Amino acid sequence: MSNLVFLPIFIPLFVGALLIFFNEKHSLTLKLSFVSLVLNFGVSLYLTFFVFTTHPLILETGGWKAPYGIILVADQLSVIMILSVNVIAGAAALFAYNTVSHKMVKHYFYPLFFLLIAGVSGAFLTGDLFNLFVFFEVLLMASYGLIIIGGSKHQFRESVKYILLNLFSSILFVTTVSFLYSVTGTVNMAQLGQRVAEIEQEGILTGIAILLFIVFATKGALFPLYFWLPKSYIVPSPVVSALFGALLTKVGVYSMLRVYTLIFSHKLELTHTFFIWVASITMLIGVIGALSTSNVKLIIAYNIMPAIGFMLLGIGTFSPESLAGTIYYLVHDMAIKAALFFLAGLLVWHAGTSNLNKMGGYIKSSPLLGWMFFIAALVLAGIPPFSGFVGKYLLLRGAMDEEHYIAAGIGLLSSLLILFSVIRVFIGAFWGELKEEPKEKVNQPGLIASGILIFISIALGVGAEWFYPYIQSAADNLIDPQIYIDFVLKE
Amino acid sequence: MEILMSILAGTLFAAGVYLLLQKQLLKIVLGTALISHGAHLFILTMGKLNRGKPPILVKGIEDYTDPLPQALILTSIVISFGVTSFLLVLAYRTYQSNKTDMMDQLRGTDDE
Repeated sequence: MSNLVFLPIFIPLFVGALLIFFNEKHSLTLKLSFVSLVLNFGVSLYLTFFVFTTHPLILETGGWKAPYGIILVADQLSVIMILSVNVIAGAAALFAYNTVSHKMVKHYFYPLFFLLIAGVSGAFLTGDLFNLFVFFEVLLMASYGLIIIGGSKHQFRESVKYILLNLFSSILFVTTVSFLYSVTGTVNMAQLGQRVAEIEQEGILTGIAILLFIVFATKGALFPLYFWLPKSYIVPSPVVSALFGALLTKVGVYSMLRVYTLIFSHKLELTHTFFIWVASITMLIGVIGALSTSNVKLIIAYNIMPAIGFMLLGIGTFSPESLAGTIYYLVHDMAIKAALFFLAGLLVWHAGTSNLNKMGGYIKSSPLLGWMFFIAALVLAGIPPFSGFVGKYLLLRGAMDEEHYIAAGIGLLSSLLILFSVIRVFIGAFWGELKEEPKEKVNQPGLIASGILIFISIALGVGAEWFYPYIQSAADNLIDPQIYIDFVLKE
Repeated sequence: MEILMSILAGTLFAAGVYLLLQKQLLKIVLGTALISHGAHLFILTMGKLNRGKPPILVKGIEDYTDPLPQALILTSIVISFGVTSFLLVLAYRTYQSNKTDMMDQLRGTDDE
């Protein structure tokens, strides 16, 4: 049974490697991708079902018992993330079907796509801090490949910055892991949790915690380490932007969620209070960025940051309710960010420009796109009954209960400004008289892919009553690290 | 010995960061290479430097070399080797398509 944990990593990795050989055969590539995505979705659905109905799973590779061997752990949080990743991957593949040019496919779009999924899944499943670094590298290598497909002038320019920043933070990551190893003598997350708890996070450990936070903050684009994100996320093809926006920054947030609940949760007044301040500033800077530009793609890219800020606020507040809010928001944000990047990409193709000032009146030429964008904007801002509302409600109530009033106030203010920034796109691009004739017709499979994701977001909001207990049980497992430690080390 | 290695790793880090802050793309790439060397030496040092000892813990032997940092370093070297070679090609292509290798000219604007 425990071998099941390996499949969400193995299937995309194997298919990704296989597709390199069949790259010239377009229809075979598509069929193989479709089959493997369906298979992978089925596996992750079953894995989720199994973990929630019976017990979490652990795979000890090569029969080496934890903490000596490399382990993969599928607990409640991990399987929720894995399932979300596979939903996004399916929608992205559907969007890619008609929008990815032949040239992109020839430059190994599909192999890189699957390797990215493999890396992200691995990062969510690993129970070992060094392996987290390795899977980070797997997904980053795939993302380096994806970001330059197309090979335009500004793609090269922005990807250099993207890669340099990520490379630097990776080196910092591996240095920090070796620091932690020399202090605690282990890289297994459960044993780290146990050993750090034994000495109550004395001395240098808090320094290591902050160093690790800098690493994850760079990956997750938090203030002041966000400046590489907006421009580098808008240069590749929309499907790649959507994958980056939906998955990559969320891996950083997931790592924080894991590390600062399981390992470094003993000096809350130092680390977690600091997180709340960083979260507040990130939210503000993000919305200011989104309001400062009239480039549609850039507006969506800047909107990644307030979302990351909200999730970090939940981690900083550190109560069962706020952690549930973080997980809820994580899932919601994956779906809606991917949908918004899809819609923005469709809009830009339709209009032939990404400049909002040159758009107008497209509601007449593509009403469906317009209304979908409108609903997506409401979901993003957190208008009830959509999914953004549930996550924000939990986060803000958690913050209020712990008396973080300023952070909660900034959260509310930034929600309002998020709404303003995306509705501005809706008004500018869809209302009024048709300024210029649309360049291309809107791509139908692309609309369906966005529609599926928006539908999921609405379902997450309307069916919150049904989803919430599962999310809360994942959060309850996070707040008490002893559950995870006992399960992995079997004591 | 550990102190000497730490100072060496620190020097590599410092030189690497200095190069990272340069404007020319090639210098920056070399800077990342130096920093990753520093990180690798650092990992090795963190596992305590023992010479001539078996790498595996056997019953009765108290003194042994820790094999884990060596495994970590090997993984890390392979990764940084791959990324650095990729980065060199990318830097060259960026120079070709943008006609400059100075970072301050690679800024770009909002509307493109």
